[in-house]
Amino acid sequence: MRRAVLIAVPYVWLLALFLVPFAVVFKISLSDIALAIPPYTPTAKDGIWNMLRGLDFENFVFLTEDDLYWKAYLSSLQIALISTVLTLCVGYPMAYAMARAPEQWRATLLMLVILPFWTSFLIRVYAWVGILSGEGFLNQFLLWIGVISTPLTILNTNTAVYIGIVYTYLPFMILPIYSALDRLDGSLIEAAEDLGCSRMKAFWLITIPLSRNGIIAGCFLVFIPALGEFVIPSLLGGSGTLMIGKVLFEEFFSNRDWPVASAVAVILLLILIIPIVLFQRNEQRQAEAGK
Amino acid sequence: MAETAFAPWDDPDQKPLIRFRNVTKRFGDFTAIDDLTLDIFEQEFFALLGPSGCGKTTMMRMLAGFESPTSGIIELAGSDIARVPPNKRAVNMMFQSYALFPHLSIWDNIAFGLRRESSDKAAIAARVEEMLKLTRLEKFARRKPHQISGGQRQRVALARSLAKAPKLLLLDEPLGALDAKLREATQFELMDIQEKTGTTFVIVTHDQEEAMTVASRIAVMDEGRVMQVSTPDRIYEVPDSVYVADFIGDVNIISGRITTAGGVYGLGFADGQPTVHAASDKPFAQGQQAHLAVRPEKVAIHTEKPDGVDNLLEGKVLDIAYLGNLSTYHVELSGGQVIKAQTANTRRLSRRSITWEDPVWVSWTKTAGVLLDK
Repeated sequence: MRRAVLIAVPYVWLLALFLVPFAVVFKISLSDIALAIPPYTPTAKDGIWNMLRGLDFENFVFLTEDDLYWKAYLSSLQIALISTVLTLCVGYPMAYAMARAPEQWRATLLMLVILPFWTSFLIRVYAWVGILSGEGFLNQFLLWIGVISTPLTILNTNTAVYIGIVYTYLPFMILPIYSALDRLDGSLIEAAEDLGCSRMKAFWLITIPLSRNGIIAGCFLVFIPALGEFVIPSLLGGSGTLMIGKVLFEEFFSNRDWPVASAVAVILLLILIIPIVLFQRNEQRQAEAGK
Repeated sequence: MAETAFAPWDDPDQKPLIRFRNVTKRFGDFTAIDDLTLDIFEQEFFALLGPSGCGKTTMMRMLAGFESPTSGIIELAGSDIARVPPNKRAVNMMFQSYALFPHLSIWDNIAFGLRRESSDKAAIAARVEEMLKLTRLEKFARRKPHQISGGQRQRVALARSLAKAPKLLLLDEPLGALDAKLREATQFELMDIQEKTGTTFVIVTHDQEEAMTVASRIAVMDEGRVMQVSTPDRIYEVPDSVYVADFIGDVNIISGRITTAGGVYGLGFADGQPTVHAASDKPFAQGQQAHLAVRPEKVAIHTEKPDGVDNLLEGKVLDIAYLGNLSTYHVELSGGQVIKAQTANTRRLSRRSITWEDPVWVSWTKTAGVLLDK
């Protein structure tokens, strides 16, 4: 009995906070746009049977007809993928240095990685506007040291989006890799060297494979939210930055086309389910290997 | 056997495989190894024995190349190895934690070192199979390290470090993680493998029984210095310091001053106690401070005063340590000193004639003990 209650709690939670809203969104995606409140038809007011009869897949068909949508999906995938790789390239050395730092420093370093979370995410992204703009700190600094003679255009380009995503999601990359590297037994590296590996080779054959689970976890933790990212591309990106989060926002608030926006969201979720399932399987395998 | 015994250290023509020449190693203010000079010969099974923190692991890590000496020279087969990195040394190490690669199978663990120096797949496979056979691990080749037992892991670590046929194999507390029964069996297995492969083994241990069992020679270390280097029997029977005598096995140390000199020395150790006598080749002067080390098993215990013994002391039984096959009697003398006497329990416990508080005599011959000056 108590076990049943224990198991029921998370499932009720999931049902209330994920499945029910998803069902609502899915229902809206099957509706038609209307000048009403709420701005779609049919609704439950028309009676359940009439409502169900009025649903169709028209909006999903529409998504395939206008190339804006699949371009936005592809572009989002590309931006999320490239930023994940960039975050890995920045995060891995940081996590490695942290794991190799003297014991008494590690808690402080870990703290520093988490510290940005104490400020609002929105404010931090706004701060980057100030840094990257034409008259921003970065350009002023570069002009001052004489590396460039005219300000660089970084803000409102994809470069700014990459910088923003790497900056924002870096802790999600560092923490799982750090935890994997921290557990790594130093004598394994010594054993590899003893058996004829150079430092580099030992890193490649021992350190990288043994931190693989951390790398995979970190990549998913960055890739999944970056794919649907809205704030960063809309604040730092330009008109050329095409991301599905932005499209979604415009459909909802500018066009007030809730049914199409919902269809976009449903497809996005379906795309995300693939990496989420892969991520879960990785976690599960890790848990099994740890036994 | 005695005539052809393996003893290259007694042969002045033999060149040692490893020579430590005045090696000192400091970590900051701490001196781990203090001006150490030592030779280790080919095919030896050499044990570095000492309490934790005595520098034995540092010595091993210097041989493996993970530490370099602050001063002095370490030679391997005649050449200085100070500048040779660990991956270029013909030395392999078996780590205390075994350090098996958890993401590789047993087979791949053993092949790891071989793959670094050769790409000949057939030769590597043959060598790995040979190692698996040597360590009786054929059945486990496809398993991962976390899927086998501690004893099997220990054998994998041994196979992996032997696979490259090193000139020198270093074993860092190799049996520390095994239980007593398995440890004993593995000691003999190690000796067997050492004999079969002809590799020079240097073993670090704090377990004196282990060192006595496996080693051809033992270096007893303390605080970065080598106290004595000798064969196990000589370390046990003729220690050259109280430290060594005390570290190896159980011992009675009787400290006093020399009262009669020449051949057989008399040692007065306490008021009201008779002088004890001991033969010694080492000269001692009248009145010199000296220590007599006598092993408990060389001390006999009597319920009635015996006649015609070299050394006889009277006391009463304070404690009896029953070890199954042996019993150790702690006999308190009238001055409060305790002498340990050990006897084999050839009779059943119920027939034992000596019990607590019994007045007894202890005796030993003049050649039973060793007279020491430090």
